[in-house]
Amino acid sequence: MRSRRALAGAAAGLAAGLALLAAAAAPRHQQPATQADDEGRRVYDKWCAGCHGEDGRGDGPGAGPVLPKPRDFTRALYQVRTTATGEIPTDADIRHVVDEGMPGTSMPAWKTTLSGGEREAVVRYLKSFSSAFATAPTALRFGRNPGGGRAAVDSGGALYRRIECWKCHGEAGRGDGRSAPTLKDDFGNPIRATDLTQNWTFNGGASVEDIYRVLRTGLDGTPMPSFSDLIEGNIITDDDLWRVATYVRSLSPEEPPRVRDVVSAARIEGSLPAGPDDSAWARADGYYFPLVGQVIVKPRWFAPTVSGVWVQALHNGQALALRVTWHDPSQSPDTSWNVWRGRITRSMTSDDSVPADTTSPLPDRLAVQFPARVPRGMERPYFLMGSAEQPVYLWQWESEPRAAAEGLARGVGQFEPLAGAADTLASAAVYDHGEWRVQLVRALATADSANQLQFVPGRAIPMAIFAWDGSNGETGTRMSVGSWVAIYLGEPARAGTYLWPLLAMLSTGGLGLVVIVRAQRSAGSSKQPSDTADSEAV
Amino acid sequence: MSGWRRASAKIAFGAWVVAAGCGKGGESGGAEGGAAAAATAFPVDTTTAATITGRIAFTGTKPAMQRIDMSEEATCAQKHPDGAFTESVVVNDDGTLRNVFIYVKSGLPANLTFPVPSAPVEIDQDGCVYLPHVFGIQVGQTLSIRNSDGLLHNIKAVPTTNRPFNISQPMNMTTARTFASSEIMVPLQCNVHSWMSAFVGVLPHPYFSVSGADGAFRIGRLPPGTYEIEAWHERLGPQTQTVTVGASETKDVAFTFRGS
Repeated sequence: MRSRRALAGAAAGLAAGLALLAAAAAPRHQQPATQADDEGRRVYDKWCAGCHGEDGRGDGPGAGPVLPKPRDFTRALYQVRTTATGEIPTDADIRHVVDEGMPGTSMPAWKTTLSGGEREAVVRYLKSFSSAFATAPTALRFGRNPGGGRAAVDSGGALYRRIECWKCHGEAGRGDGRSAPTLKDDFGNPIRATDLTQNWTFNGGASVEDIYRVLRTGLDGTPMPSFSDLIEGNIITDDDLWRVATYVRSLSPEEPPRVRDVVSAARIEGSLPAGPDDSAWARADGYYFPLVGQVIVKPRWFAPTVSGVWVQALHNGQALALRVTWHDPSQSPDTSWNVWRGRITRSMTSDDSVPADTTSPLPDRLAVQFPARVPRGMERPYFLMGSAEQPVYLWQWESEPRAAAEGLARGVGQFEPLAGAADTLASAAVYDHGEWRVQLVRALATADSANQLQFVPGRAIPMAIFAWDGSNGETGTRMSVGSWVAIYLGEPARAGTYLWPLLAMLSTGGLGLVVIVRAQRSAGSSKQPSDTADSEAV
Repeated sequence: MSGWRRASAKIAFGAWVVAAGCGKGGESGGAEGGAAAAATAFPVDTTTAATITGRIAFTGTKPAMQRIDMSEEATCAQKHPDGAFTESVVVNDDGTLRNVFIYVKSGLPANLTFPVPSAPVEIDQDGCVYLPHVFGIQVGQTLSIRNSDGLLHNIKAVPTTNRPFNISQPMNMTTARTFASSEIMVPLQCNVHSWMSAFVGVLPHPYFSVSGADGAFRIGRLPPGTYEIEAWHERLGPQTQTVTVGASETKDVAFTFRGS
C-alpha cells in the first residue's frame, strides 16, 4: 500500500503542484450556477478550478501541460461510473473519483485533503455544470464474481482473445495493440490503450471488481466501449465477463512493485548472462524505479511514455551485467505511430516555444547514469546528466541503430561518447510485445580510469535511469527521468563469512542449553513442596 | 439536455427485412420509408401534399479518393476486391455529389407532431465500413446497429446535444439505440478501425433525404408552405435555400457544391 502511494505520489505530485499554483491565480466563479451552494463553489474554486476551469470546461490554467486532459464538466461525460454507456454517473460515482482520484492521471485523491462535507458539496457543485443531471441516473446491476481460480483465468484469457481486447491492449496486454497508435478521446487528444500489466495505473481502479465494472460501463469519452450489450444479447454471460476481468487482473502482480533505493548486484561464479533472455535473469532480483516527465529544463515534457523501469544486476568479479526492462508500446522508429506523434504534439501546449518535429524518425533510448568516479561521501553530481564542473558517466543505448555507447555528460544533452576502441560497453536487446529488455555489460575495471567509472564491490554507487520513446516524439529533454538510486555490487563470500556466524550460533545455543538445564534442575527441586501441598489440598 | 434512451438489446429478424426494404435505392428518405408502420396517424393531408426533389451538383476539381489500408483486417479487405476508399467526398460518375443530407430545417407548422416509425433504421458494419455512410433518423426511432464482419468493432456516437454511447461488438450481432434530441449531425466512429466514419442526422420529423449514386434527393408528403431546406455535407459544408411549394406541387431544387 505504501509503495502504491509512493507511485501515485510521484505521478500526481507535479500535477497537484500545478493545480495549487493555478488555483491561487484562479478568479472566482462569475456566474452562479443553479442549485449550487456556496460551500461547493468555494471548494471548487480553491482546489479544482486550476485544472478544470472556473466554468467547469476542463480549461483551467493547469490543463495545458497534462494528459489525459482534465474533465469538462459541462459535457457530463464521466469515465468511471456504475451506469450504462452514455448515462450520467450517480452521486456516489462522482464522489468515488473525488475521494480516490484517478490513478495514471493528474487527478489526485482528495479524501485526505478535504472533509467529507466539502467533498459532498463539491459533487453537488460539479453536477450544476450540466443540465444532464436534471434526470436521475440508474446504476447497472452487477452480478457477483463467480471465482474459479486458475480455470477462470484461463477461460478469461480465451475470451480476451475471442472478444479481441488485444486489438488495442496487445496480445500480452501491454497496450501495444495495432489500433493503439490511432486512439483518440472525444476531444481529439491522443489516448493510450491501457497497459493491463500495471493495474496500479488503472484510472477506474485495480481490483477485479473495478475491471469488471469498466467492462460493463465502458469509459465514456474514451475509445473503451461497454460490453453490456453482449450480455443483454445472450452472446456471452455475465460470468464470462467476470472471467475476462479475472484474466486482466492476473496480468498484473499481486501487489504494485515496491520502490527500493539500492539495486543489489549479486556476485555469481562463472560467466554472466549471454543476453537479455538468458535464464539466469529469471533468478536475479528485480528492482522497480518509477520515472516521470522531465519538467526542469526547457523544452519540458509532461506526457512521457515510460513510467517505470525494472533493473536487475549481476557481476562475476570481472564484469557487471545490467538488465533493464520497460514497457513501450512501439518499437521506434515505427511509421505507424506517426499519427500518434502528430496528435500528441498538437495536444501538448508545453512546447516552450521549441517546435516539435513530428516526422523525422526517432529511436527509443535508455540512459544509465553513474558519477564519473565512486564518491567518498554523500555528494553526487547534478541528477540531470551532471554539470560542467561535475560530469556524469553515462551508458546510452539506442534502438536504431541498435547499439550502446558510453561517455561523459556535462549537463542534459551534453553527452560526449568515448571514441572507438575506448568504448568497452557491450549491449544486447530484445523487443517483445510492448516490452524492451536490454542487457548492458562492462568490465568492472578498465584502462581509461579518467573517463570510465571503475566499479568496486562493497560500495553503494549512485545510479540513475532515463528513457525516451521516439514514437512519442521524445528526444533531447523530452524524456522520462528518474532520481539517483544506488547499485551495490556484492563482495565474494570468504570462508569466514559463513564460519563465524555458525560458530556464534552454536556457542550461543550451547550456553542457552546450559542455562535451561540448570534452571529446570533448580525448579524441579523447589517444586516438590508445592506438589505435596496441592495433593494435600485435594 | 436530453438523454439517450436504451432500446431493446436485440431486434427481431422481421424488423431487418423491413429495414432492408426501406433502405434500398439511392434516395432513401424518412418521408418515404416507415410511413406504413406508423402507429399514430400521419398529420399531413397526403392528397394535397407537396414534394421537393433535386440533384446535388459538384463543380471544381474532383478530389482523389483516398485508398484505405485494410491490410490489418484480411476479412474486411476481401470484401473489397477493388480496394476500399474513404467516403469523405464521393463524386458520382455523372458529376453529382453523393452523401449529402438534405432536410427541412424550418418552416413546418409548429403544431405538427410526427409519429415515430416503428421500423428501425439500420446501420451495418460490413467490410470495415459503415453502410450507409450518411443517413437520417427520427427522434425516438430505433437505430439498429449490426456487425456483419464477425470481428471486433466498437461503435461510438460522439454527439454534442444527445448523450453519447460506445458499444463493443466483437462478433456478428445486433444492438439498438435511440436518440432523444434533434441533432445535425451525430458522428459515428470505430476506434479499432480509425478510418470508419458515419454521420446520422436526427430530426423530429420525416422530411429528410440523402443524395445517392445519381446525386438525387426527394422529400415528399410535405404540407404546402415555405421551407428552409439545408443540404449538409461533411467536408463541403451546409447550404440552405428557401423553397415555397403549393398544394400537390412538386418543386425541383438545385444545390451545387464546389470542390477546392
